Amino acid sequence: MASVTYDHVVKRYTADLTVVKDFNVEIKDKEFMVLVGPSGCGKSTALRMLAGLETITEGQIRIGDRVVNNVAAKDRDIAMVFQSYALYPHMSVYDNMAFPLQMKKLPKAEIEKRVNNASRILGLDNFLQRKPRALSGGQRQRVALGRAIVRDPQVFLLDEPLSNLDAKLRGQTRIELQKLHNDLETTFIYVTHDQVEAMTMGDRIAIMNAGILQQVGTPDDIYDHPANLFVAGFIGTPTMSFVPVTLQNGTAKASGFEVKLPKHVESAKGTLGFRPEAVTDKPSEVATLDMKVDVVERLGSDQFLYGQVGSDTITARVDPRLKVEVGDQVKLGLDTRSLHLFDAETELALL
Amino acid sequence: MSVMAQERIEAPAWSARWLADRLGGVALHVAVIGLTIAWMVPTLGLFVSSFRHLTDISNTGWWTALSPPFNFTVENYSKVLAQNNLGTSFLNSIMITIPATIIPAALAAFAAYAFSWMKFWGRDILFLALVGLLAVPLQLTFIPVLKMFNSVGLSGTFLGIWLAHTGYGLPFAIYLLANFFRSLPTDLFESAEMDGASTLTVFFRIVLPLSVPAIASLVIFQFLWIWNDFLVALIYLGGTPPVAPMTVTVANLVNSLGSGYHLLTAAAFLSMIVPLIVFFSLQRFFVRGILAGSVKG
Repeated sequence: MASVTYDHVVKRYTADLTVVKDFNVEIKDKEFMVLVGPSGCGKSTALRMLAGLETITEGQIRIGDRVVNNVAAKDRDIAMVFQSYALYPHMSVYDNMAFPLQMKKLPKAEIEKRVNNASRILGLDNFLQRKPRALSGGQRQRVALGRAIVRDPQVFLLDEPLSNLDAKLRGQTRIELQKLHNDLETTFIYVTHDQVEAMTMGDRIAIMNAGILQQVGTPDDIYDHPANLFVAGFIGTPTMSFVPVTLQNGTAKASGFEVKLPKHVESAKGTLGFRPEAVTDKPSEVATLDMKVDVVERLGSDQFLYGQVGSDTITARVDPRLKVEVGDQVKLGLDTRSLHLFDAETELALL
Repeated sequence: MSVMAQERIEAPAWSARWLADRLGGVALHVAVIGLTIAWMVPTLGLFVSSFRHLTDISNTGWWTALSPPFNFTVENYSKVLAQNNLGTSFLNSIMITIPATIIPAALAAFAAYAFSWMKFWGRDILFLALVGLLAVPLQLTFIPVLKMFNSVGLSGTFLGIWLAHTGYGLPFAIYLLANFFRSLPTDLFESAEMDGASTLTVFFRIVLPLSVPAIASLVIFQFLWIWNDFLVALIYLGGTPPVAPMTVTVANLVNSLGSGYHLLTAAAFLSMIVPLIVFFSLQRFFVRGILAGSVKG
């Protein structure tokens, strides 16, 4: 149980290949922190530097108060669950989980106690003598978790642990992981490219892009107040609609509509952003959008419309009972309380 | 293979496509069986000849013995076995082959592990040099190595020939094993590292158990090569009965005029027994070992 601090951490492979740039995050004790970003954004590298599998080019990583830059992976008191699970194929489930404890030279009785405890938590009791190849994907994933649990580490690292599971199992395991986090009361650091996993599981989320940390915050905070255009576009499905606008006297003018901004902004041009749920079939006194519908997506509980307003592409969430056909012209109301405006140059949030 | 078989669309009987499929299958089988037979004919001939009288061998082809009147004898075998140095040379062969198989296989496993999973200066160049050694003809090394052996008193000793076979076998052995080790997933090594396993522990507890097929196929290759080796043994051990292996003794049965040919056939067949036992008992690994690394899982 410990906090983890990234202090101006840089990972550089060659002079012009820097995959993690000036990374600063403080992960609190017992926190579930999710590192999320598109593939190749440096999130895995950030995790692997903490694990001790990659060297740290610049800066410091601290676990608790201890600087671990030059501490061997095995001495950092952390456990990692790999995307591929990395189970030892020739060992039984029991031996897979006992292996890290045998390496620590713990007494046999203690090893047995810990492995049995972990297998009970994960429901692996009946599979202890099986080899990994005789297990399903979900069971293998649990063995990988078990191998981490038995070590009773200060920090759990999980590198895309759900990406090899099918959609249904992924949903279940997401919930199980959260329960596990509550039971173990340990710091979890979880890497994923899936923003749904990030939103649902993280106490806080750190979003990365191109090696640079974009924003750290609670899921609500990030959803409601994205710091820049990238974060706004990355979090949320369907994606936020972005419309280029010109600004004049507190009014944003797009190709097909205009809307009064709630606050004065010192800028002449920008990108207006609003989430699908801000565009509904409820009429609005402030701004009405005339949309020509291109695609209709019915999900049962929701109905999403994708279409053109002026020359801009916009997504709307409307009542699922509303009958809309492709090619229809619909009138939609824009809820101006949740508008986002981003600077045209810096892409930073202005509202 | 099974997937491909399932995907093939069944053509109706006697259509052109069906006929082509059938004929293709027949041609494939004819070719494979034909090649196998062609390959086996000399061995079969040797086997038949080993049961024929000297006069028959020198007058008619071995295939004539396959039709009546049958005129077989075990005299060749009893004569060969009665030669008192055949037992000694059988033991010699074992004395040479087993250590000369185990030593290079063990060394190669360590070396291949280092080449595939440890970072050290000049690793790639060393590996390249090693692969380059595969191209050096054996005969090129005889004189310098023999001179060296003579000066340190290793020629004519078993230790000398173990070292020689180790040297000749290592480049291929390391190459084969390094390629296999490299195909093991990186995550396993990283996971073991985080679990606190040392380099040696990883080698003994993870790499070796996962590499049994590759190591078994290497052992079979090396065993067969050394058991059947004539030249290296003759050069470094000499042909004297106390140290000569089977191959050398068998060759000595025939003198330059060709008499003793009937004994040669029986002796050659006797010397084949051990490799056949090794091959058939380990062939399960052999097949898997050749495929090793090409297909995961």
